Amino acid sequence: MSIFSNSFDPKAKLACPCGRHKSLAEHQAHTQLPTAEDDRLIRVVDGAVMRALFPDDATRRGFLRAVGAGTALAAISQFFPLAAAREAFAQGSKALEKTKLKVGFIPITCATPIIMAHPMGFYARHGLEVEVIKTAGWAVIRDKSLNKEYDAAHMLSPMPLAISLGVGSNPIPWTMPAVENINGQAITLAVKHKDKRDPKQWKGFKFAVPFDYSMHNYLLRYYVAEHGLDPDKDIQIRAVPPPEMVANLRADNIDGFLAPDPVNQRAVYDGVGFIHVLSKEIWDGHPCCAFSASREFVDAMPNTFRALLKAIIDATAYASRAENRKEIAAAIAPANYLNQPVTVVEQVLTGTYADGLGKVQRVPDRIDFAPFPWHSMAVWILTQMKRWGQIKGDVDYRKVAEQVFLATDAAKAMQEMGLAPPDTTYGKYSVMGKEFDPTKPDAYVASFAIRKT
Amino acid sequence: MSSLALGARAAVVSLAILAMFLAFWHLGTLGTGPGAVMDSEYAKLMGATATTGQSAMPGPSQVGHKLWEHLTNPFYDNGPNDKGIGIQLAYSLARVLAGYAIAVALALPLGFAIGMSPLIYQALDPFIQVLRPISPLAWMPLALYTIKDSGLSAIFVIFICSVWPMLLNTAFGVATVRREWLNVARTLEVGRFRLAFAVILPAAAPTIMTGMRISISIAWLVIVAAEMLVGGTGIGYFVWNEWNNLSITNVVIAILAIGVVGMILDQTLGRVARLVTYPE
Repeated sequence: MSIFSNSFDPKAKLACPCGRHKSLAEHQAHTQLPTAEDDRLIRVVDGAVMRALFPDDATRRGFLRAVGAGTALAAISQFFPLAAAREAFAQGSKALEKTKLKVGFIPITCATPIIMAHPMGFYARHGLEVEVIKTAGWAVIRDKSLNKEYDAAHMLSPMPLAISLGVGSNPIPWTMPAVENINGQAITLAVKHKDKRDPKQWKGFKFAVPFDYSMHNYLLRYYVAEHGLDPDKDIQIRAVPPPEMVANLRADNIDGFLAPDPVNQRAVYDGVGFIHVLSKEIWDGHPCCAFSASREFVDAMPNTFRALLKAIIDATAYASRAENRKEIAAAIAPANYLNQPVTVVEQVLTGTYADGLGKVQRVPDRIDFAPFPWHSMAVWILTQMKRWGQIKGDVDYRKVAEQVFLATDAAKAMQEMGLAPPDTTYGKYSVMGKEFDPTKPDAYVASFAIRKT
Repeated sequence: MSSLALGARAAVVSLAILAMFLAFWHLGTLGTGPGAVMDSEYAKLMGATATTGQSAMPGPSQVGHKLWEHLTNPFYDNGPNDKGIGIQLAYSLARVLAGYAIAVALALPLGFAIGMSPLIYQALDPFIQVLRPISPLAWMPLALYTIKDSGLSAIFVIFICSVWPMLLNTAFGVATVRREWLNVARTLEVGRFRLAFAVILPAAAPTIMTGMRISISIAWLVIVAAEMLVGGTGIGYFVWNEWNNLSITNVVIAILAIGVVGMILDQTLGRVARLVTYPE
């Protein structure tokens, strides 16, 4: 609404209250938060207020039964500022130490919650002004995080473990408060290997993975080793930044890669590769990328950290629902974020994709989003670090896992937001049909015929 | 034949070469017609390279079209990771000028001292020779690790790579000022300070300018590599971001822009060099 318009004009149309939209309808369409989240937040606040006013369960139930929940809330809102409470809750209850934050990300679909939280307003909803900054590679994201240029960053889930242990850098206490995504990777091979679908035929192949300390590296090694190939002797594995992978595949420098999306789908889109297996088929539900921050940030700015974690969990919960995926793909595809054709991002997120072999595949959980940082996942990663000689000597698996993966913080944040965290932080997994028991990590490492230790 | 006629003829030949280059480029990147047969749902999910057999390399018309888009809107700002090519070039130029200014401030006085004293010259020479050929990419991790700021690291890398030619040329220019001129000055009992500024500096100026000109070219070479590595802003980041998108069209445009700006920087210093040169 223009400041020059006549506010006493009785014929004036009911316009948008914030002045940025043409009509009230448009204003509502733009300012309404995703309703499911809204309802959940409102339920949490209303429940808390009711419980505070009527601490006695029996009295509360009696009152509600007598007048009905709607009337009860309407009555309470006469003397209690419910709307303000809802807003205050959404904004985070305690004063934030810092509201302007910088979060680094690598332009891959694993970073979806971190990226989408910016254009879709999840950071703003928790009172934060976050700049999401595209970063050129994992080593740079590590260095910029260690240099405190970033307050928090998108990392590969093994990286906070490696940084804390001092593998590949100085040991600095690092944390991983939330998992970004589960599944969402694939093994892509060059089109000329169409008829070599059996990994036993891969001797002498050159593969690329994004980083040494990555699920990609461990999953590729696991996969070929299960098929009887020694990843250190029978094939070559190089660390190559994702954007170079497609170019290298086209130039015939590599035979394939286990990479994050949209790289796999981009190779198909450009007609240079086909998707051999999704990482989901190796370990359904495996963690991949992480939301990470230094222990120092977590300790020095607990309220800011909490608000940021909530924004990420909020976005992750939103991203986990299939019906939101197309909208998310459109939000994160532009040049400011992933810089990819929308159809490529959409194929990854919706799971309806061209496989490069002439078929349209439908795998809705090709990539999924689940924030809970299971300690058992950290233990699995550590067993693979041990298996391939990245860490030597004895490892206190449980201790490292519990120091780095902040399952308690995540559970608390999830509870406050009305989401249900799991009761335990250790779970059993089946990786290519082989059982992993997090209570016996050393036995698990020793059970592999192909290993470096 | 007058020089004007020669210039005109050269221009004609230049244009002919350009036309031939564009023609070959156009022919070389023409599509091969429809690609493999695929059903319509599948085809919708695939890119033009796979469906129409279009070359992965863009043709000159595509590049021209995209270039026009960039030129008509060079200063747009869509957030921290998507800015117009004009803004990116400005970031890169600012970094180059900062690193280069530090290099000038250090190389000229130090080069002067080295040139005046054969002892310092010979003592420092081995260090300079070892440090000179180190690539900017090799300095980058070290800079990031010690300076702990990616912006400053980029400036440091420009400084460290562009300082050597200036230092060596200044030292060489100062050391090879003609003996007779120094002797004349000494006969006239000119003070050391005045000797440096009134005799040596003007005499060595052309050589110093040559060094500065080589250095600015190196600085401009370095910035692209540095920004590709640390990202954020700048024309090097632009190249990386478009590479990420596998957009060869935009990479070609960036290369063109880098070339043009590099030429302008070199020509500017070339003009200055002509001003300080004098006929003997």
